[in-house]
Amino acid sequence: MTKLIKSGAYAQDVFAPVADDAALPEGAVLVSLARFQKEREALLGRNTPIGIKLQSSENPEVLGADVNHFSLIALEFPKFRDGRAFSWARILRTRLGFTGEIRAVGDFLYDQVNYQHRVGFDAWEVPDHFTIEMFNRALSEMTNVYQPSSDGKKTIRELRAGK
Amino acid sequence: MLKTLVKPVAPNMYRYDEFDAQFVSERVNQFAGQVARRLSGELTEDQFKPLRLMNGLYLQLHAYMLRIAVPYGTLSSKQMRKLAHIARTYDKNFGHFTTRTNLQFNWIKLVDVPAILRELADVEMHCIQTSGNCVRNVTADQFAGATDEEIEDPRPLAEIIRQWSSLHPEFVFLARKFKIAVGATEKDRAALQWHDMAVQIVKNAQGRVGYKVMAGGGMGRTPYVAHVMHEFVEREDILAYLEAVLRVYNQDSRRDNIHKQRIKILINTIGPEEMRRRVAREFEELKRMGTLQLPQDELDRITAYFAPPKFETGLSDVLPDAGPDFANWAKTNVHKHRAPGYAIATITLKTPGQVPGDATAEQMDVIADLMDQFSVGEVRVTHEQNLVLPHVRKQDLPAIHAKLKELDFASPNAGLITDIIACPGLDYCDLANARSIPIAQSIAKKFEDLDRQHEIGELKIKISGCINACGHHHAGHIGILGVDKKGVEFYQLVLGGSGAEDASIGEIMGPGFGEHEIADAVERVVNVYLKARQPGERFLDTYRRLGMAPFKDAAYEKVAA
Repeated sequence: MTKLIKSGAYAQDVFAPVADDAALPEGAVLVSLARFQKEREALLGRNTPIGIKLQSSENPEVLGADVNHFSLIALEFPKFRDGRAFSWARILRTRLGFTGEIRAVGDFLYDQVNYQHRVGFDAWEVPDHFTIEMFNRALSEMTNVYQPSSDGKKTIRELRAGK
Repeated sequence: MLKTLVKPVAPNMYRYDEFDAQFVSERVNQFAGQVARRLSGELTEDQFKPLRLMNGLYLQLHAYMLRIAVPYGTLSSKQMRKLAHIARTYDKNFGHFTTRTNLQFNWIKLVDVPAILRELADVEMHCIQTSGNCVRNVTADQFAGATDEEIEDPRPLAEIIRQWSSLHPEFVFLARKFKIAVGATEKDRAALQWHDMAVQIVKNAQGRVGYKVMAGGGMGRTPYVAHVMHEFVEREDILAYLEAVLRVYNQDSRRDNIHKQRIKILINTIGPEEMRRRVAREFEELKRMGTLQLPQDELDRITAYFAPPKFETGLSDVLPDAGPDFANWAKTNVHKHRAPGYAIATITLKTPGQVPGDATAEQMDVIADLMDQFSVGEVRVTHEQNLVLPHVRKQDLPAIHAKLKELDFASPNAGLITDIIACPGLDYCDLANARSIPIAQSIAKKFEDLDRQHEIGELKIKISGCINACGHHHAGHIGILGVDKKGVEFYQLVLGGSGAEDASIGEIMGPGFGEHEIADAVERVVNVYLKARQPGERFLDTYRRLGMAPFKDAAYEKVAA
């Protein structure tokens, strides 16, 4: 079983994941890129929130202007060593201006949550044993940062300059 | 007893402020937590592996190995004494200086690692990103700040890169490791073109200082020399440019075959032109965003830490006369300094018979004393696994040489045939196919005769115990690659490589030689050079003129007979 952590708390997952060959249920759905590309008109015409799940090899730039139709973009970590989604999240936030939910799904570690948070993830699909306390601890292990990222956090250089 | 009581001198180098200190201390606690989770079984070895690697901890053949970062190779005497202390307390009384200018300990216990990291933090050191698929320890020219050849000291930029790359959230789970070097001279002592990315400080036609960026160099099983990505990046844009290269790499690199995941493979697959185009797009965006721009006052602030020491004036600029041993040593191990009356002195950790790059705790302590007495408390580690005293008065050189003799570190062989780079090889490393250290020792013994070494002149031998090429065999004038053939160690010769400004990839000669044949084969190859060379030619020049054939004929002569 998995749980959803969003805005620092457990949250209800309103998006129903739908397999590529399954019928679309009522309400918010989470589909693959392949399915979205195939059924774009129908999906956008439903007037319910849509989420899309991208594989780590799928660059979100392929969504083009459609990016703003999505309420949720789930980025998959097929293996925790595959760090491509760190760049995808960063691009979604800073290049594509995406303001919806970016959710980390798949195989990632407690030790990666802070990096994910920094590059723009704001939701995490975590295993059952993963507590809010662990989540908060993951974000607080390192107080300051050396480099700017999507989180807009002040860098050590800015702190030094008293900015 | 060699040890003397010397007052520590604090050199002009980067010093942690409260932010750096807090960062390293929190990182130590974070890693201590990861170790505790591994020991309790919460983390599997598979999950722990990338986490420990990101903190320089390897599991080797016999024990854990801990690799300590020596940013751009600069160490203070206080840090050197701490390394000696760690060698004594937690290891078998010695450490190993590496080709990445780091120091590694080969016999570490996992439970001791947090304590060691805290000891290191006390002297502003750490193991952050000395391994793993992230940006590794940044290296630089070992003569930085001391040579008159440089446009400016490359270390301030290297320090800025160190900070920017430390726990960079986007780039700690790259497809493979990523090594960056910085140089500031035409003569390349930092093997720039063999790096995943390198920055050369240059002046443009208007006399403005900026940065030439290269990428895609690398050793391993598919060696490549780097391509120029940008001839001249403006000062304030440099971090934006480096980030742009890394982002393209992180996005576009293969992830399906560990042997094809370095940036060199990406660049040589899509072509340098396409790579430059992709990078330019990211670069323009990062520049527009402006958050990575490097303000001049920040550059000035970091540069101030590396201000040159106050050099005495009125010193004699003549090399003292202190006997033939000293004169021999000075010939190879002493280099020109920017200030009159001063010199740069190389301590080769390559005494024939010794393990290249190893130093005992006692030797480290005495070197720390030499640093304080004679070189404003500072030493540099070189990628050729030597140490350099950057700022010594010429008049002090005989005293330094005498002390080094006591340490058995006075070999007058810098840049010569016995100044061999070798990886730890099968004696330590679980990736290795063959031993490197005994081969280095047997070649060094064969060429021990000093007159002969000087007669041969500059000749760089580099030995790797496997195709991963940690001993830089592709870049050796004579490279040696250890391979395993049905359980027996064999050694292939690779000729004509260079890690300098004239970088080139060595060519494999043919079938390997046995463990007891390789030193003789090297000797036959060297003899071809001695016979055929024209005035002023180094081994490498003669090889480039003649090609492989005569060397190959000679090398196999005896084997065939």
